[in-house]
Amino acid sequence: MSKPQTTQGLTRRQLLARASAAGAFVLGAGFVAAPDAAWAIETTHLDPETFATLVQMARDIYPHDHVGDEYYVIALRGYDSAEQAAAITAGIAALDAAARGRGFPSYLGTGWERDRVDILRAMEESAFFQQIRGGLVTGLYNQKEVWPLFGYEGESYSQGGYLHRGFDDITWL
Amino acid sequence: MAAPFDLNDDGVVVIIGTGAGGGVLANELAQRGVSVVALEAGGRYLPEDYLNDEWDSFGQLAWTDPRTTSGDWRVARDFSGLPAWIVKAVGGTTTHWAGASIRFQPHEWKAATTYGRVQGANLLDWPIDDAEMAPWYELAETKLGVTRTGGREGLPGNNNYKVFEAGARALGYEEVHTGRMAINAADFDGRPACQQTGFCFQGCKWGAKWSAAYTDIPRGEATGNLEVRENAHVARILHDDRGLVTGVEYFDRDGNLQFQRARIVAVAGNSFESPRLLLNSASSMFPDGLANSSGQVGRNYMRHVTGSVYGVFDQPVKMWRGTTMAGIVQDESRHDPSRGFVAGYELETLALGLPFMAAFLDPGGWGREFTSALDSYENMAGMWIVGEDMPQETNRVTLNHAVTDRWGLPVANVHFDDHPNDVAMRNHAYARGQAIYEAVGATRTFPTPPYPSTHNLGTNRMSENPRDGVVNRWGQTHDIANLFVSDGSQFTTGAAENPTLTIVALAIRQADHIARQMSAGAL
Repeated sequence: MSKPQTTQGLTRRQLLARASAAGAFVLGAGFVAAPDAAWAIETTHLDPETFATLVQMARDIYPHDHVGDEYYVIALRGYDSAEQAAAITAGIAALDAAARGRGFPSYLGTGWERDRVDILRAMEESAFFQQIRGGLVTGLYNQKEVWPLFGYEGESYSQGGYLHRGFDDITWL
Repeated sequence: MAAPFDLNDDGVVVIIGTGAGGGVLANELAQRGVSVVALEAGGRYLPEDYLNDEWDSFGQLAWTDPRTTSGDWRVARDFSGLPAWIVKAVGGTTTHWAGASIRFQPHEWKAATTYGRVQGANLLDWPIDDAEMAPWYELAETKLGVTRTGGREGLPGNNNYKVFEAGARALGYEEVHTGRMAINAADFDGRPACQQTGFCFQGCKWGAKWSAAYTDIPRGEATGNLEVRENAHVARILHDDRGLVTGVEYFDRDGNLQFQRARIVAVAGNSFESPRLLLNSASSMFPDGLANSSGQVGRNYMRHVTGSVYGVFDQPVKMWRGTTMAGIVQDESRHDPSRGFVAGYELETLALGLPFMAAFLDPGGWGREFTSALDSYENMAGMWIVGEDMPQETNRVTLNHAVTDRWGLPVANVHFDDHPNDVAMRNHAYARGQAIYEAVGATRTFPTPPYPSTHNLGTNRMSENPRDGVVNRWGQTHDIANLFVSDGSQFTTGAAENPTLTIVALAIRQADHIARQMSAGAL
């Protein structure tokens, strides 16, 4: 369902004009896309705004500034299902309500990460928060495509291990 | 070839579990001409099957049957259904273990005498000692090919070790080296030298690390005296009206209940399943479970004082490269109450891949304090604390009748509260570990909480007096002459050392004893 590079005929400028204050665009018609159009997803069960908010929530839980949205989207797209949609929609609605309670138009309508973190901190014991956080531990960090962004090399057996490839190559000590 | 034995053959020794205890016992008995049926709950995986991917390997090998937890340990909160990280497979947790193979220190056999009275601790001396165990340790070290013993060389140090060693030396520690490891530094016993691949925890694809799965098990099978039945989950041990065990009921791979007769039964299912099985085998003659006249079955659960320290540096370490447990500091393993606690601890390097680091660095943690640590993953070094924890009667494995496994059997509940001595030791070790990394320029350090336990000990403990424990000096239950315990659950106290070498030494010794007793007609 992921459709990278989908821009639905919008120019980058039009995209930028529709950018929400934080994170992903909602393109309408079931599409959510990154401001730079590096990724896009066509949601089928979740409202696009809901999914965009979910992506931002994931970024705020496990913020890695050098990790693109697309990896968070991959970790989250399983929630766009008939079984999960109602619970996710309710959870995100609660997140938006909490934001409004603090004077913001919505969770995505906050300006600073610290404001969103305050909102999340107040709900971190909730089942919804723990479901999203727990799912990300494997959903985000167990993506092999993410590992190189952290320098992690994964398996080495296929290359004969590190015995002759730098297991003891430290030089700065 | 592995000879299949008949279910009605009442001359066999039935061993439940095939890890460091059961797997070694099975081979050692088979080598002595004893007929053995080993029942293994898991399947058989060999080096070509092992997966060098943390979560995939966990899914392949880990024991994930339901268990429950209680108590103040953080594992009960963060991993409530997973109190232990152990293996369900032929070879048991010898597939997963890191390979550290160090003997108990002489005083650790006599914890009650050495440490004196410790309030709230159920300390007891082992009925055996250093002199008695020395020859068995030597046999175990030879079997495992332990480095830095028997004239074998040590392993080379990887990057993670070099950081650890430099910091330890800077603090003045002297007993710092690349460990006594059951990982070959040179070809040994038909197995190759370590290729510094990492993933020791996921099963060594080279076979450089000793595991019963591809050493003792096939060698026992080659005698024709050992049959290993895989995917056989034991439900109950039965006995006759004389109070001797007669065999075991187990569910085979198709879920059918079978009964294997036995001359002797040895329980080696690790410190949760072994007491669970004895408790689930309660009968009208033994209403509190088998071998439980002392009331000690399931009690005195120990898991070592553990924890990790990770340090972040301003330059790369790449700790995942090479041996997972690549070196040790032993200076703190002494008993020195001036530190504010009895007994001691070892510090050993440890590395996790990114997926497990995310899961274990600070379970439940989130936000930039957490993610900025992972952002520096490449610049991270790691070590693990392993120290002696205090046996407490209330730390125990009980049956949880509200939760059953797929066969309808009550699961084990594992209750654990830290003893104040455990907390004092862990805090001391955290501070020393952090100081080690700071001494070589760490910009940030993390005192990481204990993982689900791999060292599970003490729940069928050994005692001189039948009143104080479950088994005698041979691992034979005080109550039932032909029922033995052969795993880490027989540990009277845990000592500061990784337990596998001691489990193996005890299993070799037990095999020698059982074979002699059988020859003499005493069993």
